[in-house]
Amino acid sequence: MENTSYFLGIFPLLTTMVFLPLVGAILLYLIPGFSGQDEHTRSRVTWFTLGVSGLTFIVSIACLNRFDPSVVTAQLVERTPWIERFGVQYYLGVDGISILLVLLTTFLMPIIVLASHSVKTNLRGYLFHMLVLECAMLGTLLAFDAFLFYVFWEFMLFPMYFIIGIWGGKRRIYATLKFVLYTVVGSLLMLVGLFYVVWAYAAQNGGEITFSLYELSRSVDLSLSEQIWLFAGFALAFGIKVPLFPFHTWLPDAHVEAPTGGSVVLAGVLLKMGLYGYIRYAYPLFPQGAAYFAPVLATLAVIGIVYGALVAWAQEDIKKLVAYSSVSHLGYCVLGFVAFNALSTTGSLYQMLNHGISTGALFLLVGVLYDRRHTREISEYGGLASKVPVFAFLFLVFTLSSIALPLTNGFIGEFLILAGSFQEFPVLTAFAVTGVVLGAVYMLTLYMKTMFGELNEEKNGSLTDVTPREIVTFAPLFVLVFVMGIYPQPFLRLMEPTVHQYIEDVSRKMVKVGSPIEEPADGTSYAQKSGGNAARAQLAFESFNVERVKPVANSPLNFEENL
Amino acid sequence: MESMGSHREIVDASLAIIPLCPLVGAMVAYIVGQKQKDLAGWIATAASTLAFLFVVKNFFALGTNQVLLDKSFVWLSVGNFSIDFAFQFDHLTAVMCLVVTGIGSLIHLYSVGYMAHDESRPRFFAYLNLFLFSMLLLVLGANLLVLFVGWEGVGLCSYLLIGFWHKNIAFAGAGRKAFVVNRIGDAAFLLAMFLIIMNYGSLDFMALSRVMPGETSEGLATLISVLLFIGATGKSAQIPLFVWLPDAMAGPTPVSALIHAATMVTAGVYLMARLNFLFEMAPLAMLVVCMVAGLTALVAATIALVQNDIKKVLAYSTVSQLGFMFLAAGAGAYWVAIFHLVTHAFFKACLFLGSGSVIHACHHEQDMRHMGGLQRVMPFTAATYWISTLAIAGIFPFAGYFSKHHILSALEHAGAHNPQLFPWGVPLSYIATFAAILTAFYVTRSAAMTFLGSYRGHAHPHESPWQMVVPLVVLAGLALVGGVFLEGALSLQHYLGHAIPVGDVHHGESMASFSFLLNALLHSWPGFLGVGLALFLYTQAKEIPGKIARAFGPFTQVLANKYYVDELYGAIIVRPLEGMARFLWKGADQAVIDGSVNGTAAVVEISGELIRTTSTGQLRHYGFFMFVGTLFIIFFYMAL
Repeated sequence: MENTSYFLGIFPLLTTMVFLPLVGAILLYLIPGFSGQDEHTRSRVTWFTLGVSGLTFIVSIACLNRFDPSVVTAQLVERTPWIERFGVQYYLGVDGISILLVLLTTFLMPIIVLASHSVKTNLRGYLFHMLVLECAMLGTLLAFDAFLFYVFWEFMLFPMYFIIGIWGGKRRIYATLKFVLYTVVGSLLMLVGLFYVVWAYAAQNGGEITFSLYELSRSVDLSLSEQIWLFAGFALAFGIKVPLFPFHTWLPDAHVEAPTGGSVVLAGVLLKMGLYGYIRYAYPLFPQGAAYFAPVLATLAVIGIVYGALVAWAQEDIKKLVAYSSVSHLGYCVLGFVAFNALSTTGSLYQMLNHGISTGALFLLVGVLYDRRHTREISEYGGLASKVPVFAFLFLVFTLSSIALPLTNGFIGEFLILAGSFQEFPVLTAFAVTGVVLGAVYMLTLYMKTMFGELNEEKNGSLTDVTPREIVTFAPLFVLVFVMGIYPQPFLRLMEPTVHQYIEDVSRKMVKVGSPIEEPADGTSYAQKSGGNAARAQLAFESFNVERVKPVANSPLNFEENL
Repeated sequence: MESMGSHREIVDASLAIIPLCPLVGAMVAYIVGQKQKDLAGWIATAASTLAFLFVVKNFFALGTNQVLLDKSFVWLSVGNFSIDFAFQFDHLTAVMCLVVTGIGSLIHLYSVGYMAHDESRPRFFAYLNLFLFSMLLLVLGANLLVLFVGWEGVGLCSYLLIGFWHKNIAFAGAGRKAFVVNRIGDAAFLLAMFLIIMNYGSLDFMALSRVMPGETSEGLATLISVLLFIGATGKSAQIPLFVWLPDAMAGPTPVSALIHAATMVTAGVYLMARLNFLFEMAPLAMLVVCMVAGLTALVAATIALVQNDIKKVLAYSTVSQLGFMFLAAGAGAYWVAIFHLVTHAFFKACLFLGSGSVIHACHHEQDMRHMGGLQRVMPFTAATYWISTLAIAGIFPFAGYFSKHHILSALEHAGAHNPQLFPWGVPLSYIATFAAILTAFYVTRSAAMTFLGSYRGHAHPHESPWQMVVPLVVLAGLALVGGVFLEGALSLQHYLGHAIPVGDVHHGESMASFSFLLNALLHSWPGFLGVGLALFLYTQAKEIPGKIARAFGPFTQVLANKYYVDELYGAIIVRPLEGMARFLWKGADQAVIDGSVNGTAAVVEISGELIRTTSTGQLRHYGFFMFVGTLFIIFFYMAL
């Protein structure tokens, strides 16, 4: 099932990718010429970091090259015992769910490095933390051992804590403490839950301990009530990270106070980690708990979509507006995932990439304005389109991507999510569709207030248009907006087989085996017949009193089936 | 109803080139325009004309009972749901494409003259070409999703062009309003698509026309149809979503002619004609369409009576005429709706361009009270405007007569086609007739106030340059003979019959016969009445309109203020939502949610302080706490 990679013997491609940034980060402090604060040193430090993150990106492209979309389990696996006494392994792998998120991470990092010239104090320290963060994020995405995952997961907090706390705005200490404490509370719940699962596994398997995700999700045997409690714990931990309404209030503070690069990485990658946690851990480990909570999560997601959009509309600070738009957009992603069919889940994964691109770009654009005017108040701007036309054009394109105009990337994601979710939650999805209108309202209002109208010469008369360096920063994002909107098939193909298999496996386990609805004889998949999530949740609920649920082994590959 | 898709021969063709012409044109025009501003307009015009030529080529290539298909590439494929970026070209598409690219090219040419002194003209022509690209996607798309790409794309271009002079924040606001109101319709459109995907697993027109009839309950068909029609009310400016179109006149006048009269706003009518097999299954939805359309035709016509801004008159006229088209579509006479769409494109584009010529001449004066007597200095503009006035008034043999006549007779016979409409067909035809009289009246009023009498303004009006006059003459020619041609030589009914159901085709009486002529002139009576009345009131008895207005004071006020619909929407939708947004932010988000988060933190901090005071380090204190705790646990279990 897991194909180990061979390249000049065994070349650990994934390990290289994960730890290359860390090595680069350490080298930043070991290489003697990098310690000065002068312009020359700054540029050398930037170029060096750009080289490291660029090399990491190239390694990730090599991974893509070796990636076989038709294999639905972890690939390029690297696996050795780590803490043998506790069955902890160093277990890295990549599959169709994580491959594009990995690429998004490695793709965004050079852009963030390029945009870091606005960091005025201790650029070396800033870039150091960015590289450490990249290592942690890649590790989180690639870990197939729950303990390793947890280590990387917590490890992500430290660099972000410093990035906001040192290079942030006026209320940076408040914002960063809130961010860290909030996340830690959730993570501790997850850790407790994780130990419980491992303990249950050990009890059922004669004391053998493992943290392997596959092993745990395949054979740990939990009662429905256990699943519900454990899922609730995990759901809270990941829900805070998403952030799911009503656990989102750390996000606007963190975004507003974070430096531009921090906001980009936060919106681009870190927010996805919450949903990734649902996908990779919470759902496969506790499928019945997931089915039980699916309507709740879907409702919270839809509230988040509408609520985030409305609150975004009321904002007076550009960055806060974009932050609340993230709450709304992530609501779409969560809705698509919990609706749990091929269409919506693929859309959800796709939308995570889109959000990273369009919202990342919007934060970069806000950064461009902030660098020049040192304010983010919407009312300070106006009429910029006639003063900085190239900037206005870029802003327009990413605004359109954000409001999901067809032929931009955003449309593909939003359409797949809504079309898929509608089949499971028609009423909720109808509410979610109002977000399509509200998204246009707040984004176009922002665009109108900042770009259109008379230019205030006194305030903005000396604004300069984007520099060539900034254009280079935006160009890759700009291209991706259209490539992913016009020709999404290459991206979808990478994830589709895995998603297909994943949904089939998990939804099979969402219902108790031997329940009144038997596996259909004609070979169609169970999920197809069970008639949606609501039905699944109902079934799960009915089996509440049945204590033990028989586990189902990972099903063999079966591509003839259409979900 | 027999489905049309089943027995048609599918022929492979390369159709993608048609929308690609203006797309490439937009980019080239903009880039070249940075150095050579004057070239931008000509490049865009050439791109548009090239697209027109490709359309003509396919028009002749298209055989009877054929449909041309270009699959391009797989756009989206997930599981067993797959959508191609595919184009199709049948007889309905052919008519639409000819209108879009033909009139589009004329308006491009006109714009070369009209925008000759604008600093940002490369941007203007790029947007205009981009609009053509989107509109062509809309009419060429072989499935609902490609159509939707065009549908939203034209909305975007409309937004960009309405707010073209974006230094004026009011204009920019009008653009935003147009986009948002359109988006409301689009949301309904999306829901309709989701329902279709859920029930049929495809969005492909030909597949749906095969699958839907026979497999659809009336309830489902009604729901989908009504949702699509809500989408159409947004794009095609019908009640309740018409409010954006009058504001859209903030854009340059050629834009009003092309987008907000001739092409984009007719998209909803095209949608109904394209999905006729769906609407046929939902008689109740058709009744809704007819009611909304009849009301829109009447309401908009009454508003147009009292407007003094020449473009506002034409804008409300467009809303009203779109109502006429939906009346025909709702009565099941899709080909009549398309007929009126085409003739309307001729005369309304001509009227708008004429108004643009006048505005150009009067140095951006749009108020007709400051015009008058322009007939003497602008003979071509005046003549073409008058021809189009007679055409929209529905007077034989001008183009509007034929389509309007068909609409009225379709309504009279609607009951036979759709039992739900049975009691309503004749009253609706009376409403439409009344609206037709009003139409003739207000357009003649605008022509009289602009061209007759003596000049009341302060500019020095002059005839427009040839780039503007040529399109006017061509369009006026079409407004003059287009109806005769479409009715007689081409026989639009017969031609469209290859693509959509058209009922019984009448070949019969020759148009040259005396009885036909007499009959036609008699049926032009609403036009004659409206035109005659307006001419009398605005040339002979000029004091009477003022008296009437004063006599009906409050009612005139209501009309002049457009029934206060904008104010109403502001009061019941926009401002409450704004208030709610602010409340959610300040009240819910900051006070309640964030308050409880920070509150929790504070509680933890305080309890931490409290617990610290208990950490005395003295063993007897800890012993005491253990004792209390154990008691507590015992009591707790006993209570259970």
